[in-house]
Amino acid sequence: MDYITEFIAMMVSASTPILLAALGEIYAERSGILNLGVEGMMAAGAAIAFYTTLFTRNIVIGLLSACIAGMLLSLIHGFISITIKSNQIVSGLALSMIGLGISSLIGRNLVGTPLRNSLGIVEIAILSDIPILGAFFRQNTLTYLSYILTAILWYILFKTKIGIAIRMVGDNPKSADSIGINVYAVRYGCTLIGGVLAGLAGAYLSVAYTPTWIEGMTAGQGWIALALTVFSAWNPFYALIGSYLFGGIRILQFRLQPLKLSPPLLSTLPYLFTIVALALLNIERIRRRIGAPQYLGKPYHREEAWM
Amino acid sequence: MMEELVRMVGITKHFSNVVANDSIDFTLHKGEVHGLLGENGAGKSTLMNILYGLYKPDSGEIYFEGRRVYINSPRDAIRLGIGRVPQIPELVESLTVAENLAMLLPGLTMGRRLDYVKEVAERYGISLDLDALVCNLSFGEKHKIELIKGIMRGSKVLILDESTTMLSPREIDSLFGCISKMRDEGRGIVFVSHRIPEVLRIADRITILRKGRRIASVMRNEVDEHELVRLMIGTDIDKSIAKDKVSLGEEILRVEDLHVLDDIGGEAVKGVSFSIRRGEIFGIAGVAGNGQRELVEAITGLRDIEKGRILIKGKELSSPRCFRLYGSHIPDERIGLGVLPSLTVLENIALIFYKSFSNNGFIRFNDLRSYARRLIETYGVVTPSLEILAGKLSGGNIARLILARELSADKDLIVAFHPTFGLDVASASMIRRLILELRRKSAILLVSEDLDEILQLSDRIAVMYGGRFIGVMDSDEVDLEKIGLMMGGVVAS
Amino acid sequence: MKIRITRYLRIERRGELGLMGRILMKILAILLALLFSAMIFAISGVDPWYAYTLIFVKSFTYSGLTEIATKLIPILLCTVGLTVAFKAGVWNIGAEGQLLLGAIGATWIALFVDVYDQLRLPLAILVGMVSGASWGLIPVILKVRLNVNEVVSTLMMNYIASGIVDYLVYGPWKGAREWGFPYTDKFPDTAWLPLIPGTRIHWPTLLLSVLSSILVYILLSRTALGFEIKVCGQGKRVADYLGIPYGSRLIIAMIISGGLAGLAGVGEVCGVHRRLRYASSISSGYGYTAIISAWLSGLNPIGSIPSSFFLAFLLTGRDIIQVSLGLPFATSNIFNGSILISILIVEVLGRYRIRWGRWTI
Repeated sequence: MDYITEFIAMMVSASTPILLAALGEIYAERSGILNLGVEGMMAAGAAIAFYTTLFTRNIVIGLLSACIAGMLLSLIHGFISITIKSNQIVSGLALSMIGLGISSLIGRNLVGTPLRNSLGIVEIAILSDIPILGAFFRQNTLTYLSYILTAILWYILFKTKIGIAIRMVGDNPKSADSIGINVYAVRYGCTLIGGVLAGLAGAYLSVAYTPTWIEGMTAGQGWIALALTVFSAWNPFYALIGSYLFGGIRILQFRLQPLKLSPPLLSTLPYLFTIVALALLNIERIRRRIGAPQYLGKPYHREEAWM
Repeated sequence: MMEELVRMVGITKHFSNVVANDSIDFTLHKGEVHGLLGENGAGKSTLMNILYGLYKPDSGEIYFEGRRVYINSPRDAIRLGIGRVPQIPELVESLTVAENLAMLLPGLTMGRRLDYVKEVAERYGISLDLDALVCNLSFGEKHKIELIKGIMRGSKVLILDESTTMLSPREIDSLFGCISKMRDEGRGIVFVSHRIPEVLRIADRITILRKGRRIASVMRNEVDEHELVRLMIGTDIDKSIAKDKVSLGEEILRVEDLHVLDDIGGEAVKGVSFSIRRGEIFGIAGVAGNGQRELVEAITGLRDIEKGRILIKGKELSSPRCFRLYGSHIPDERIGLGVLPSLTVLENIALIFYKSFSNNGFIRFNDLRSYARRLIETYGVVTPSLEILAGKLSGGNIARLILARELSADKDLIVAFHPTFGLDVASASMIRRLILELRRKSAILLVSEDLDEILQLSDRIAVMYGGRFIGVMDSDEVDLEKIGLMMGGVVAS
Repeated sequence: MKIRITRYLRIERRGELGLMGRILMKILAILLALLFSAMIFAISGVDPWYAYTLIFVKSFTYSGLTEIATKLIPILLCTVGLTVAFKAGVWNIGAEGQLLLGAIGATWIALFVDVYDQLRLPLAILVGMVSGASWGLIPVILKVRLNVNEVVSTLMMNYIASGIVDYLVYGPWKGAREWGFPYTDKFPDTAWLPLIPGTRIHWPTLLLSVLSSILVYILLSRTALGFEIKVCGQGKRVADYLGIPYGSRLIIAMIISGGLAGLAGVGEVCGVHRRLRYASSISSGYGYTAIISAWLSGLNPIGSIPSSFFLAFLLTGRDIIQVSLGLPFATSNIFNGSILISILIVEVLGRYRIRWGRWTI
């Protein structure tokens, strides 16, 4: 593999967890639920996937348990923000903390343990031989899944009735309610999808990307996924493209090491880039007036409309 | 013909401490148009929202085709065949017309569904552009979409909530055509309105609500206009708010070729110019959604100007603070902007006066408190104490609290946006009197959908349509019919 | 609003809770969180009862209490700062980074700037506060000017701050006499904060932290500026409606917030460590802990004192079980997060009361 192809392959691989988590968050936010707990759900998912895979020797069970863990955590957030209509920001932060805590609790005796049966790279015949673009087809199964999910989730969101319902609930829950869409059910559903995908994103880190347990392996990627959600204008397809930018920066950080730059400084690159990206994007967004879902972060009370 | 569709018995609904519906009975038959008449705040919408499952009644029973039903959400209502056309279209602005309609028919593919929509539209003579984005439509067009939704949903019962308030005469005619057609098909239609002539024109039977109570149910042919006014208002209305001439002073507000964008980047105000002098009330009439909100927000500094100039006392408006130096603003968004519900009554009054009651940066709360107490008394705000959260006050008191704060500030310019919307008669007439009184020392911009209010108070009247002033006239030369046509976008030549 | 459950039992909305009621609710929230964490500990094979008793027994010893007091200082400073930011509606999650910048600023003065000895400590404090404040300024300016979500940006700033600290202690500022450890040289004693003898409590900072909570209380409840900050917390539109300069008030709030976090950083390097070390040893999550403490106090600067004390107690407990049970320190996040969740739940519960008796309208 030449340098560019290798770089692209690494970039795609590094961007998968951010993409998966952002896809989930796009659904949650499209329905009006801001879930800042992505980092926590990822961390918990990573630990649980690692733990179950290590002991059951079955990756599928590991991945599934990570999804369930993410889902259960997001259920807490759903309860707080949908049912009791409380503060979504605080609840999301709390979720982040709980997830990180659970992650380190589960992983307490696993630090440094390698995973024997991790997800390996599957080369797709013919496609992987295409120059440069072949890099997209020398990936592990979860990355392929992320391509497919992007397409499916994009299709559902923009081309089906369910997608219209989701966007209605986020943009104008009152109107959705009055035509008989169950606002709470849609919001719960989307929040749970967010949780499942965040859990899966975490699992990717621990069973595919670096199949050795490292404490704090999410390292802020959940927060970057949140930034990517905004960056993608809540569109799964743009999230795919955007994730390569963020993933590329992450890889660049390693590629620049031969230049004798300080590793701690290089490690700040993805975070710096995230801030710069959000700032640049918002210049454009203010100019073009692309908005977030109108009811993002606002609970829906049916009887509030009175007066 | 007289088969009963809906029977509501003893419906009672409280909102915090206000009784919106006080054990109301209501019936609807097949093939009838039942007019539900009452003033703003009489409880009509609440009653219909209960029937549509948006609100749960505190007590009372609903029967549908003789069966006791529990309507817990609009889903339940829709399943029974109840449809509703809301007063203000509840569409998702960022979606297309087709997407907004797509949710209506479960079980059909998108293409078949749209065919059906087209068929219904054709049958009732409604023209639609399915691919247009809702945000680009006019109010009347949005209303048509709501009507289609209602027709398709309400196979048995259709609720029309104040449907005519914002429509032009021509649109009203075509709406009434649809209603007659549906009546002939045997549906039951509830026509909610506060406009007596229209109710008389279309309804077969009329129920009158007043202050949350049912006053009477009468057949159309048993009553006349005067009788209905008496039933609706209780006493004869006090039409005699005296308006004397006030000599005009210097120019306070000048707006030159103003262009303003709406939230999603469309041009909402397309080149408006006018000026107001001290001692006059400039009224802007028009159907909601024709740029009034954006115009008011631009003048009060809440929205950026795209092009043009706003001058207050000869100085160009450069920031929201700049407006506040000379102006007061009575917003239509009473809760959350006019009054901050999570702050106490005292703090809400302090919002404007904290600076004048400060020494060296410290607020003199004792002085402020006694000032606030005086204000509350003068403006008749009923509150148990100054320290309770303002959100706990009733609607009328919240409106008075805003007025107390904004009008006592003694500014040169007062901008009032829907100042009496949704208020009881007493509060509304008090507010109108205050506004007339203030004209002696200030310039007043009054924006309202209530045409009576505009006519009653204004010295000059502009009609806004599609982001422009379609006509400006002195109040003595006003022709009601002409204004009505203008509000519908028809320029009288 | 009244909800009837049976003929004799109903739930109804109640008025505002009094001070005692609110305190009781907070205690209830803590108990709920203890219960929830106990469940998670039990599931993962740690005996929660053993862990909890261990924390209690070991904390209420002399050395335990002085340790709590030492940790109270940075937590209280950050909490009071966050209270101002949160009141202004700025979700500053970046106290951690602002603290680290304070530590960097103080270290720079302590080791690398040539000043009179008497001025070294005051100047270190000042520069530390200014550094913390300017680190907080970046996200708030981005928020005001470009509408960049401050939750994400302040968090990113934390990671960047910790990268910078690590860069300094592994690189240019690495001490000559530290045998390859990622530490700077020890500060000259003119840059040391005085301690209460026999403890690690740097009392001038403790005093400043208590003073700051009183001053911020006065600021928020008595002054025009504080009133404006609170009003800005209702959103830009409200501030615009009233003609209050939104951006400048948010910036002032963030300067106070970042400055106090910066002071906390000064206290850690000049009082506790007396040198700059790698990031995770300078602050063991004080900036994040302060978020919980601020929320637990109900955003009341005076209430911050007991709530910070409680969280300092928790952090001490965390160190105890880290040693005794081999639990990594991030584990205590479970408890931190569940406190936040239970505060939210209890707040909603507190709006209602359950009544027995016959149903009457």
